[in-house]
Amino acid sequence: MNKLNFENAMERLEEIADQLEDGSQSLDESLKLFAEANKLAAFCTGKLDEAEKKLKILIKDQDSYTLDDEETE
Amino acid sequence: MCVVESDRMDQEEVFAAVYSVSELTREIKSLLEDHLPPVWLQGELSNFIRHSSGHMYFSLKDQDAQIAGVMWRQRNLLLTFTPRDGMQVRVFGQVRVYEKRGTYQLDVLKMAPAGVGALQAAFEKLKAQLHAEGLFDADRKRPLPRFPNAVGIVTSATGAALRDIVQIIRRRAPGLQMILRPTLVQGEEAAEDIVQAIREFNEFDQVDVLIVGRGGGSLEDLWPFNEEKVARAIRASHIPVVSAVGHEIDFTIADFVADLRAATPSAAAELVAPLHSALRQDLRELKNRCRRAFERSLHQHRDRLMRLRSHYGLRRPADLLYQRRQRVDELLQSIRSSCRNRLVQDQRRLAHNRQLLTSLGPESVLRRGYALCWDEQTRHLVTRVAAVTPGETLTVQLHDGRWQGRVDEISNGKWDQVVVEKK
Repeated sequence: MNKLNFENAMERLEEIADQLEDGSQSLDESLKLFAEANKLAAFCTGKLDEAEKKLKILIKDQDSYTLDDEETE
Repeated sequence: MCVVESDRMDQEEVFAAVYSVSELTREIKSLLEDHLPPVWLQGELSNFIRHSSGHMYFSLKDQDAQIAGVMWRQRNLLLTFTPRDGMQVRVFGQVRVYEKRGTYQLDVLKMAPAGVGALQAAFEKLKAQLHAEGLFDADRKRPLPRFPNAVGIVTSATGAALRDIVQIIRRRAPGLQMILRPTLVQGEEAAEDIVQAIREFNEFDQVDVLIVGRGGGSLEDLWPFNEEKVARAIRASHIPVVSAVGHEIDFTIADFVADLRAATPSAAAELVAPLHSALRQDLRELKNRCRRAFERSLHQHRDRLMRLRSHYGLRRPADLLYQRRQRVDELLQSIRSSCRNRLVQDQRRLAHNRQLLTSLGPESVLRRGYALCWDEQTRHLVTRVAAVTPGETLTVQLHDGRWQGRVDEISNGKWDQVVVEKK
């Protein structure tokens, strides 16, 4: 699976909600899915709580790139 | 050299009349206004402004030149169409000199649309070509990431567009990283700069979505976003692109080729930045759905377990066990009771036998008054009188003792002929 990000975490959460609602899993599977859902939800909440980020400027220097802080007037 | 130059000027001052600015301007004015009769003129409208006074100010241009124009309110009230930038128009008017600013402009009396302008024509031609190539196809449009980690912005560092985008993204999604690659957004070099910026973001490869655009302006101002190379750079980007050029009414080639067209830079910011408050709501709902479904599944499994437990198939082994245990108890019980019975019976038999033994033995007979009699010398029991001779000593045994006596007299006869009273 890809690196966990907010988007695929939310998608997986939707998938789990659908599966749990379908109700065809064994108890063991349900438990596993529910535990996974809790982890994903915590991850997503963390992402939403991230602090405000500064505007950066993309600078190309020959073949490498750097990010500069925006010049404050 | 300097001396020569100054000499020539001196000479000119001497031989020519000296005009005032007003005089020269008046001269120009009469030259232009008197010698140029009202003319019909065709050109493309640009920088069109309808002032709050109702007067219209604009330029008319072709590829090589432009002329300022004005159409006063009382004349433009009669217009049957709405003039717009880029429109090819035919006007009837007269050149007038505006003395205060030393400029000339066309005082337009009549105006009529005259087909599409040259820029408009170029726009339509490129649009048709790219459309035929499939660059605008709906299936080429990629969805925007629902929750980007970083957004790349391609616009001027000083424009209102950037300010609007930053402000709106901060409000909606404070954690979203914004990265600006400042570019020119108008003029001849702008298109190449924009193309480079898009390429750089693709090389840098750390943003999930690009906003490419600028604020409102004339058709010429927006022109870089109508250039073919910009269109191709947008299409070649592996990062989804949102175009954000000008106002709602402005459509550029960039808009057609972009994965999503935003009406304005502000709208682009709203499309790109998910509203965190809404995502929190979504997340809450998902969590609740999972929890409810999980609890329901727990209940279902518990119910199923209960049903299974009461099922005969599962009950049977336990049942058999209980039945066998009961059987063991029963057997033990019966063994126990049969042992006890046997004991009781044996005891009873023993008592009976003892009694029998007692009753059959001599003692009870002796107790009843009978006596045993034997010859002490022979140790024979005397059972008949014929074996006895008078004078002989016999021992008589009762149940509690014996004595010896001599036989005096012998007589025959059965015992029932003797009546004896028991003491």
